[in-house]
Amino acid sequence: MSFVVPKESFNGKVLALDFGSGDKVLALGGESSLPFLSFEGQIPNRPVIAYEIQDCPPDDWPETVRNVYKEVSGDPVGWAKYCQDTLKAKAIALRLVSTHPDRGDRSAADASKIIKDVLAAINVPLIILGSNHIEKDATVLVAAAEAASGRNCIIGKAQEGNYKTIVAAALAHNHKLIAMSELDINLAKQLNILITQMGFDKEKLITDPMCSALGYGLEYTYSVMERIRLAGLAQNDATMQPPILGDVGMYVWKIKETVASETDVPDWGTLQERGIAWEAMTATAMVLAGTNLMIMRHPRAIETVGKTIDELTA
Amino acid sequence: MALTGVQIFKLLPKTNCKKCGFPTCLAFAMKLAQGGIDLSACPDVSEEAKKTLGEASAPPIRTFALGAGDSAVKMGGETVLFRHDKKFINPCALAVNLKDSLGDDGLAKMAADVAGSEIDRVGQKLRVDAISIEYASGDSAKYAAAVKLVADKAPHAALILNCRDAAAAGAAAKAVSERKPLMYCATDETAETMAAIAKENGLPLAACADGLEALSALTEKIKGLGVEDIVLDSGAKTAREIIENNTQIRRAALRKSFKPLGYPIINFVLRDDPVLEASVAAVAIAKYASIVVVSSIEKWKNLVLFTLRQNLYTDPQVPMQVEQKVYDINEPTADSPLMITTNFSLTYFIVSGEIENSKVPSRLAVMDCEGLSVLTAWAAGKFTAAKIAAFIKESGIEAQVSNKELIIPGQVAILSGALEDKLEGWKITVGPREANAIPTFLKGR
Ligand code: B12
Ligand code: SF4
Repeated sequence: MSFVVPKESFNGKVLALDFGSGDKVLALGGESSLPFLSFEGQIPNRPVIAYEIQDCPPDDWPETVRNVYKEVSGDPVGWAKYCQDTLKAKAIALRLVSTHPDRGDRSAADASKIIKDVLAAINVPLIILGSNHIEKDATVLVAAAEAASGRNCIIGKAQEGNYKTIVAAALAHNHKLIAMSELDINLAKQLNILITQMGFDKEKLITDPMCSALGYGLEYTYSVMERIRLAGLAQNDATMQPPILGDVGMYVWKIKETVASETDVPDWGTLQERGIAWEAMTATAMVLAGTNLMIMRHPRAIETVGKTIDELTA
Repeated sequence: MALTGVQIFKLLPKTNCKKCGFPTCLAFAMKLAQGGIDLSACPDVSEEAKKTLGEASAPPIRTFALGAGDSAVKMGGETVLFRHDKKFINPCALAVNLKDSLGDDGLAKMAADVAGSEIDRVGQKLRVDAISIEYASGDSAKYAAAVKLVADKAPHAALILNCRDAAAAGAAAKAVSERKPLMYCATDETAETMAAIAKENGLPLAACADGLEALSALTEKIKGLGVEDIVLDSGAKTAREIIENNTQIRRAALRKSFKPLGYPIINFVLRDDPVLEASVAAVAIAKYASIVVVSSIEKWKNLVLFTLRQNLYTDPQVPMQVEQKVYDINEPTADSPLMITTNFSLTYFIVSGEIENSKVPSRLAVMDCEGLSVLTAWAAGKFTAAKIAAFIKESGIEAQVSNKELIIPGQVAILSGALEDKLEGWKITVGPREANAIPTFLKGR
């Protein structure tokens, strides 16, 4: 019996998009194979990792990752520049945490100013995220889209409860858009359909099927992502072909494994490595399941996943 | 791949003698193809047919154990490429590689680390399953002594004899044969001698070749030499080689019934940087390895690898659950607080862990919600006021507590009014939303 390479050829293809401007534009997606199986299809772009920053000091981040930014995190502009210039970030994700009604309730106008300042200071592509408050995001992200006009950003997240105004703003100001639903392939599909029905180009969409941390529902995210990929490639379902987002850092850096000290849980080993490895492993699982874009926090975790992707695409 | 009825029919005596209980050989063949009946029902079937049919009905990936005794790890037997199709069956073994040149103290310490690596997570006991002892000294007496030492110090670990020198491997295999070590490995050049040692001691043998074509030829050769339990090493070292080769092996076995690759896979992911090593190990764990060998076993690294393996090997249809009952924590008395939650394993272990941390004697009523988390169960209509009230009444807990107060999760605060209506005479208290606030909450009462 002789071995024949068992290849699959798919009719479908992940849609490709780019974000950012000038010579720092980054491309996402475009692959015609399952993740990293380059022996049977094209994989033009590797997964991108964006450094997460916030519009306010990250008081709720555990020390392992908060300390990394303690000199710069008082000011989003300095934080962004630090990520770009010192950490060599290829992309940055600015989360407008303090617009949340429970976290400072900053106005949309305040958010616009911060966005403009950050954009003036960096040239790498920017992702702009709301505070995940359905009603507030509906106004904040509209202002954000306008403030970032001309910079080809990714904005998000549009959800079932607020997508209309956000989609309209992304359309008007020519940004890419994240559509987020909660761990259910049918909900993800439905939201993409609703958004494209508003005249928003599916080539500008990114699907966020909702991330979850290793040990805290990772297997649900993993399988939903794999199913989305298969639907897009094997069944050529166009509504399931946008690139996938994994919003990794925010789910990882709150669970007990990244917070509890070694004195409390001696069996779990050193807290520093444990936290970094937790973020890295969650992200590695996500790229294996099909993620094209990740938002992460710790530089060493980002570097580790970057090296793993280097190996996967070598 | 299973044979069709017509293919099976061609192998039968075609006498229609009815001894099998079917009117014709064809009818019997059709039934066999569907499964649920055994070939032995036909007394006249030829040896040749038995062999062909036996092979066709064997599982596409051979199943056998790594190691011996209670802690042996089952390998192989997988049936799908994606976990959403069906549960991945046999979680991969994690192994650490030790050089025999490490010295007695070093070896003893590492073996002890393996022996003490067990961690309880979400009710499962997880551990480093195996030790690979690498022949680095070039001294076969030293190698056998190192293997023996490690075997003694880690009595429950499976052993992998990482040694390509047939003489040294043979001596070590004899010394620990009752532990059923995996011999790693035979190459095309050493296949005969290695297979002879494996056969003599009844051990599984790893086949190591560069690429899948050479590997297929090698496993056929080894099988021809009488060794059935084979482990595959395709020579994959980089993450890309691991995902590509392992995927092709799994597909060839499952989709093409390609027998020469229908065996469990071993991947060595040794890297200097332990975080990177964990990340590459993740690729192997997710993508079909049955044995993943690392170079170090820091506690934090074990925990991430155990957790990933546990996550990916859970049943996608049935969440992990615990038994419905009222659990006593920290030796409660009649006036200790009573809390309620759902029977999703993760929820139960997080909440009970925090209650234990608080040191406050308490009771935790765990209600069967088909393994859903608090909010999911509530949204699915399984954790409702009426159902909670019925559960509390039927549990008989009322007779054991002096004050009828029930603490509910903060996430379902909305239930408190309806619950007070349905549970007459009970006071309903809304607890914190997150479990990590439970200790402060309990101590502050
Ligand atoms: C994973 C998940 C699923 C999985 C199921 C996993 C499972 N075994 O439960 C799947 C994909 C199957 C699923 C399905 C559904 N889900 Co769902 N799911 C989630 C998700 C992402 C995580 C849930 C989880 O595992 N949490 C972790 C556990 C440990 O949390 P927990 O049980 O609540 O316990 C914590 C606290 O409550 C507290 N606690 C627990 N017990 C107690 C007890 C006391 C006394 C105290 C003080 C504290 C306390 O401590 C724990 C740790 O802090 C959440 C969103 C999210 N990020 O939370 C949505 C979520 C729960 N799901 C939701 C919904 C609507 C559904 C569906 C009805 C529809 C859908 N979206 O698909 C179905 C229903 C399922 C069915 N059978 O019909 C909604 C609920 C909305 C709401 N507020 O009512 C959520 C919030 C998502 C959302 N925002 O839409 N879901
Ligand atoms: S017993 Fe065997 S030979 Fe006889 S009818 Fe059945 S299958 Fe045919």
